[in-house]
Amino acid sequence: MTTPAIAEARKTALNSTHRRMGAKMVNFGGWDMPLEYAGIVAEHIAVRTHAGLFDVSHMGEIEISGSRALDLVQWISCNNAARLAMGQAHYSGLMTSRGTFVDDLLVHKLSDRHYLLCVNAGNQDIDFDHIVANNKFAAKTENTGARYSQLAIQGPRATGILQQLTPVPLEPIRYYHFTFGKISGVECLIARTGYTGEDGFEIYFDPTHSEKLWNDILEAGQAAGLVPCGLGARNTLRLEAGMCLYGHEIDDTTTPLEASLGWICKLDKAPFLGSEMIARQKQAGPERKLAGFEMLDKRIGRDGYPVIIAGREAGRVTSGCPAPFLKKNIGMAYVPSNASAVGNEIEISIRGQVAPARIVAMPFYKRPQ
Amino acid sequence: MYPGGFHYTKQHEWVNVDGSVGTIGITDYAQNELGDVVFVEMPKIGAQLKAGQSFGTVESVKAVSEIFSPVSGEVTEINSALADSPEKINSDPHGSAWLIKVRLADPKEVSSLMDSAAYETYIAGQAKEHSA
Repeated sequence: MTTPAIAEARKTALNSTHRRMGAKMVNFGGWDMPLEYAGIVAEHIAVRTHAGLFDVSHMGEIEISGSRALDLVQWISCNNAARLAMGQAHYSGLMTSRGTFVDDLLVHKLSDRHYLLCVNAGNQDIDFDHIVANNKFAAKTENTGARYSQLAIQGPRATGILQQLTPVPLEPIRYYHFTFGKISGVECLIARTGYTGEDGFEIYFDPTHSEKLWNDILEAGQAAGLVPCGLGARNTLRLEAGMCLYGHEIDDTTTPLEASLGWICKLDKAPFLGSEMIARQKQAGPERKLAGFEMLDKRIGRDGYPVIIAGREAGRVTSGCPAPFLKKNIGMAYVPSNASAVGNEIEISIRGQVAPARIVAMPFYKRPQ
Repeated sequence: MYPGGFHYTKQHEWVNVDGSVGTIGITDYAQNELGDVVFVEMPKIGAQLKAGQSFGTVESVKAVSEIFSPVSGEVTEINSALADSPEKINSDPHGSAWLIKVRLADPKEVSSLMDSAAYETYIAGQAKEHSA
């Protein structure tokens, strides 16, 4: 069942708030975090239909600055940061020399000489060491996770709720762009990004204001149906939206091409860490691919379960669960490329019995435009 | 909260004995730990269970939990209503969301299980461990 919160787990500035509000807590990536408040299904549906507020202050931040900041960002990550405008962000991969993932991340361009990377909580220190070790450009690197709290407000009503608390016009902020301004009097980086498949914002600010912002946003959103959410719903939401989670779909043994993330791999930019390996794999074609599947009966193919094709184990489920909004049991799995076509029937081995499933297109869920 | 006449296991199942029939379910503590229940896997009618043997699973959005029989006996009935509304396990775990009924092989077996007071003390200890 749930992993008990361990004494040495790290805590966000909102830890006591979550406990006081009755959240069920869980250890995630070394952090003591809310798993759920009212329950995963209710929170998931609230985000799809109204709005949800998540404390994601466990996420790490790394800043790269100086005259050669861009050179370092370009060398360590696979997307093309030279194409970012000021105030723009993109999804990318922090690469090993083998073309596999050290982590996945968001790169925000604060200025020509300053980039803010948002990385996974459990990887922050590994990422930072990796970036420092590959910093042949003498760029300034800082591990700044402790300087930020981060809240995510997600859902169709997120913009309207947040707008009540800020003079910054939010509607003009385009998807994957950000600006700076005050929310509830607190200076924030306000980014139109998220990990749920819904419209919404992720805001970064000084942790001393965490409780004020958490409470003010919840209060502002109460009438609009905003609810506090935990990492349980964040996981089911991102899975419905077909997004990868480090340690599940991607890790240092998987490449972007295998993970169907070829779109973040810009092989036409100058060489980067792992680009040769990725180019080679692109030419040959990856032997396995991440595919989305849907169970064909009521059983649930979960993380780690074997994928069976033609009677043989041919891969593993990377994430799988009931999808609360779609009301289907879905998952992602690595399968041989020649078996990855949409419509292909596969089987998932569940506690020694096989259950039928079908490869389907991802994302499973796409929000109405 | 925990019905007085029931007997409880450390794996958070309960059994309510009426003559030679034992009705089995999972406790409120168990459903709360699991969260939103979405699927239940049941044994077949006629299956012979030994005390402590796994007879099915209860799945929530985030986890699978095996269910162990508190007693030995033959499965005589399964709660088929749970196939379409497994969420009843969250709302009424000690009542309408019972899982199976068994014909007890040995009615004296339940004497090794906890009564409600002992079970409440037991889960209070578990909760403390979790928040430590």
